[in-house]
Amino acid sequence: MEIKLWINGKLTEDNIEPDTPLLEYVRSKGCLSVKRGCETSNCGLCTLWIDEKPVLSCTVLAARANGKHITTLEGLQEEAKEFGEFMAKEGADQCGYCNPGFIMNVLAMVRELKEFSDEDIKEYLVGNLCRCTGYMGQFRAVKAFLNYKRGGER
Amino acid sequence: MLTIKEYVSVESLEEAYKLNQNVNNVILGGTGWLKLQNRNIVKAIDLSKLGLDKIEEDEEKYTIGCMVTLRDIEKNVSLNEYTNNALKNSLKDIVGVQFRNCVTIGGSIYSRFGFSDILTSLLTLDTYVEMYKGGIIPLKDFVNMPYDKDILVRIIIKKDGRKVGYSAFRNQATNFPVITCGVTITENKKVYAVIGARPYKAKVVEDNENILGEFSEENIEKFAKYVSENLKFDSNMRASGEYRKRLTEVFVKRTLKKLMEEK
Ligand SMILES: Cc1cc2nc3c(=O)[nH]c(=O)nc-3n(C[C@H](O)[C@H](O)[C@H](O)COP(=O)(O)OP(=O)(O)OC[C@H]3O[C@@H](n4cnc5c(N)ncnc54)[C@H](O)[C@@H]3O)c2cc1C
Ligand code: FES
Ligand code: FES
Repeated sequence: MEIKLWINGKLTEDNIEPDTPLLEYVRSKGCLSVKRGCETSNCGLCTLWIDEKPVLSCTVLAARANGKHITTLEGLQEEAKEFGEFMAKEGADQCGYCNPGFIMNVLAMVRELKEFSDEDIKEYLVGNLCRCTGYMGQFRAVKAFLNYKRGGER
Repeated sequence: MLTIKEYVSVESLEEAYKLNQNVNNVILGGTGWLKLQNRNIVKAIDLSKLGLDKIEEDEEKYTIGCMVTLRDIEKNVSLNEYTNNALKNSLKDIVGVQFRNCVTIGGSIYSRFGFSDILTSLLTLDTYVEMYKGGIIPLKDFVNMPYDKDILVRIIIKKDGRKVGYSAFRNQATNFPVITCGVTITENKKVYAVIGARPYKAKVVEDNENILGEFSEENIEKFAKYVSENLKFDSNMRASGEYRKRLTEVFVKRTLKKLMEEK
């Protein structure tokens, strides 16, 4: 079937199989930051944005993205780098496998939420699993990043 | 694995209904559940073009199109005010924000899962399903109807001034619930509880013996016991039936107390 969509601002037209998951489709277009970490819609590693909303690309069919704007980490290099520095400062990474999906969801949260209590942050990020760390480093990094984004120090 | 031969984005409900009569064809919600199944679908029917992704409100009711996502409902300010966040509380622990941005209310309610948080919370409200052929059916009847090939078009919630509360117990955050518990106090002070994940489908237990004719600590405890004694509980990999029964008593008590304190 024919689809037409924008990936990181670039118009793409294609003929795809109707059962192609969006995850496999964007990878075939070179967005290799988008990865599969599970088979059950549980890990959040495959997170990308459709029209600015974070979704699980393993769960959405590529056909559903027809006519829409897709954003992956490849399209947010500047911001990702900025946040990455906070992660590094807190020593939050171990293997780093969970990072791309996590960063996509953090950046979506920054755009979407107006208030950021600890509980709000946890509720927003709970769908991003990390098998290495125990989450405390990430949590500190997110809080420092939010503080900086609201005009605080780096 | 889910395989699909053909993808049809329909122009009308009639077209969708006709296609759906073939057993090899299927309506697509957010594909959250469908993609976990091993299924060979000939025609996948997409309702995206039909404008069913809106929550509408008038003086008497809310109307929620079947393609509205769980996250849209969770974020609807008016629905949160009307339900004192009970609906939101029943949604916020379902996997994660990204997942709730994908899955739909149509797919969730059509499926009538035993573990369903949202089926439980919607049963606390005066809720109806609008089926394309079957017309408008009270949710509490729809729960027990056999699965057919009709289309769930909208969910309707009538505003009648009741108070509702919701709570659930999970072994781990974001996992399926072990027990789900909704409580309703109607405008003329009738109380009922809705218990799901027993692990059976959510069921309403009314206060038929008027235990709560007077709201006292003692009567709340009596009612909580009454609810747990009037339901069937069973065991699965998440918990034993006996444990669920105990939890039910505790959760009915807590949820009802909290609801009364909020008055
Ligand atoms: C990993 C995982 C964890 C979950 N955890 C929870 C949880 O903790 N609590 C909870 O309440 N729920 C949970 N769910 C269920 C979830 O919330 C959704 O209910 C489920 O994914 C179905 O919604 P969907 O839109 O993805 O439907 P789909 O998977 O697309 O469809 C499900 C079924 O509904 C049919 N259907 C879809 N739309 C319609 C329609 N308009 N008319 C008629 N038939 C229709 C489809 O044909 C299919 O048979 C979980 C699901 C998954 C995959
Ligand atoms: S790959 Fe795990 S949620 Fe998508
Ligand atoms: S750092 Fe290894 S999975 Fe998160």
